[in-house]
Amino acid sequence: MSGDLLPWLGQALVALLLLAGSFFLVVGSWGLLRLPTLLQRLHAPTKATTLGVGGILIASMVHFLLEDGRLSVHELLITLFLFLTAPVTAYMLAKAQLHRARLEGGLPPTGRPVGWATFDPAASDPDPDRGLRPDRGG
Amino acid sequence: MIELAVAIGFAAVGLGTIFCLIRLALGPDAVDRALALDTLVVNAVALIMLLGIAQATAIHFEAALLIAMLGFVGTIAFCKFMLRGDVIE
Repeated sequence: MSGDLLPWLGQALVALLLLAGSFFLVVGSWGLLRLPTLLQRLHAPTKATTLGVGGILIASMVHFLLEDGRLSVHELLITLFLFLTAPVTAYMLAKAQLHRARLEGGLPPTGRPVGWATFDPAASDPDPDRGLRPDRGG
Repeated sequence: MIELAVAIGFAAVGLGTIFCLIRLALGPDAVDRALALDTLVVNAVALIMLLGIAQATAIHFEAALLIAMLGFVGTIAFCKFMLRGDVIE
């Protein structure tokens, strides 16, 4: 009985992780499709989709650990890579969107006396145009 | 049980891929399209991992890792181009 129960539990764990990962992936992609503005759309893929693909990768790791009895580190590598790069990607996309909205004059108000931190340098900043010039000269 | 979960996963991730493709076609802005491409890459990695589980082979991991890396570098290059008008200055 106990020799039969353990593989069943492992399979149930793999199936559960697969279903949870697929659910988060489809929720993230659906959010990408239906949320109204880009800065809202940025939330869905960068959080839900990353979590979903992490779930599927861990399901694959558990599956191959149960099937072959060896720990596969490839999935962990991919999971780590995706979890590290998703925030960087989101940051770059948000920055590109802010830059384009600023050029077109469509940047929403912050609701505070100071402007957007990216474009409103502090008074003590020695080079307030840093990062805004089209060419940095090298 | 795992076969059923893999089948449901294929259907869900395929649906997500279709959503990304619709956003890629609609996307009012270039940033939207870059975001849709990035999500498409994540969905592609998930599809490849599901294929690996379904076929019980471990040869797809390198492909998934390569696609994830190319997707990241590609998205960063797109963003850099939109920010600065150039990829490498």
